[in-house]
Amino acid sequence: MLTKRIIPCLDIRDGRVVKGVNFDGLRDIEDPVELAKFYNESGADELVFYDITASFEKRPLFADVLRRVAACIFIPLTVGGGIYAVEDFDRVLKAGADKVSVNSGAIRHPELIEEAAKKYGSQCVVLSMDVKRVNGQFRIFAKGGREDTGLDALEWVVYGVEHGAGEIVLNSIDTDGVRDGFDLPMLEAVTARVNVPVIASGGAGKMEDFAELFQLPGVDAGLAASIFHLREVDIHELKRYLRTCGVPVRI
Amino acid sequence: MSKTAIIDYGVGNLFSLSSSLRYLGNEAVVTRDAKEIRRAARIILPGVGAFGDAADKLAATGLIPVLHEQVAAGKPLLGICLGMQLLFEKSYEFGEHRGLGFLPGSVCPMEPDLAALGVNLKIPHMGWNALKIYHPDCPILKHTQEGAFVYFVHSFYAKDCAEAVAADAEYGVRVPAVVARGNVYGCQFHPEKSGQVGLAILRAFAELEGQA
Repeated sequence: MLTKRIIPCLDIRDGRVVKGVNFDGLRDIEDPVELAKFYNESGADELVFYDITASFEKRPLFADVLRRVAACIFIPLTVGGGIYAVEDFDRVLKAGADKVSVNSGAIRHPELIEEAAKKYGSQCVVLSMDVKRVNGQFRIFAKGGREDTGLDALEWVVYGVEHGAGEIVLNSIDTDGVRDGFDLPMLEAVTARVNVPVIASGGAGKMEDFAELFQLPGVDAGLAASIFHLREVDIHELKRYLRTCGVPVRI
Repeated sequence: MSKTAIIDYGVGNLFSLSSSLRYLGNEAVVTRDAKEIRRAARIILPGVGAFGDAADKLAATGLIPVLHEQVAAGKPLLGICLGMQLLFEKSYEFGEHRGLGFLPGSVCPMEPDLAALGVNLKIPHMGWNALKIYHPDCPILKHTQEGAFVYFVHSFYAKDCAEAVAADAEYGVRVPAVVARGNVYGCQFHPEKSGQVGLAILRAFAELEGQA
């Protein structure tokens, strides 16, 4: 039986780890290579790196971080941020990424999902979605959650999977940074539409939130940042706790 | 320290695989040069993507006779993921394709077999799953315990190969995870992505010495 995955997410700007609360007020936390080593040793099942570097000139810093992490950490690495073309897939895969997540790039050029899946395989293409409720509808937001695209999230996720996305990261803007649990109703609606792995993001504040999350059968993984970076939740301890709750985890 | 040759035939990302061998202190060379492969003490055949495409690309390098010659000479060969599937006689991934034939058996899609059993599981089989070990004396499992977790990503699996299965994993069906016959080995999962457990399997393989 597959285990449920616990995934720390590292937002990287100019080669450093940061984490925003509701996408604003970014704070610098730690060196990405040190943090990746720490997570590898503490039982993380996978790592996600988002490149939020704004300036083009500083982009090579990210590839350098990735190469340094991939040379010493041997668990799956997913990379997102700044992925707008097949060439961007190539750039990060060569630096050591195993999977590449697309968000705004796929909204702008939906054909990117299919092009990348054909070239690198669906297992490599992760569709990341920032979703917020607008007038009772689950709406896709772009540009780090700042721009309402008008797209319906439930239609978008089906389009993405039909065109080759092999995994979904669902980030609820409504619960992100609130630390009061994952967005279970939103996750339920999305997992009912697709049959690829779904990673839940946004809202983790304590261990119990993960136990509650994995009661949803369609959810494969839980992703979080600040609770792990600030050492409020220890991954080893979280997994031991989840096992006592009957959730299959890798220990 | 003796060298490991990682076959470069334009399929997949070899960064992690060569990094993990380097991390273990083993010299790894990513190559499609027959002389270099003959000089190595052991060979790894990696691979991701579709069987037919990969088999064609491998054939185009002209290395298939070299692999047969080296295996016949007793050199250890390890196929990883699609590279393991290529070790079998044939595959039914989008049509029928011939494999290298080092191991008896064929590669088939998981989905119809799960459906026939009425099992509703996601495809691909992606994530961490536990090994059940049948042959603890298998040389590449020397440092591996029953129940150890490894990282899988695949939609096709090996069938009719019971004798070669040293370890498997449960995902609705029994998925052959480690196969071995003589000096030919295969891992359906990615040892280079399976943390300490995967490194221990690669270390055991790197401890095998063939005649260079």
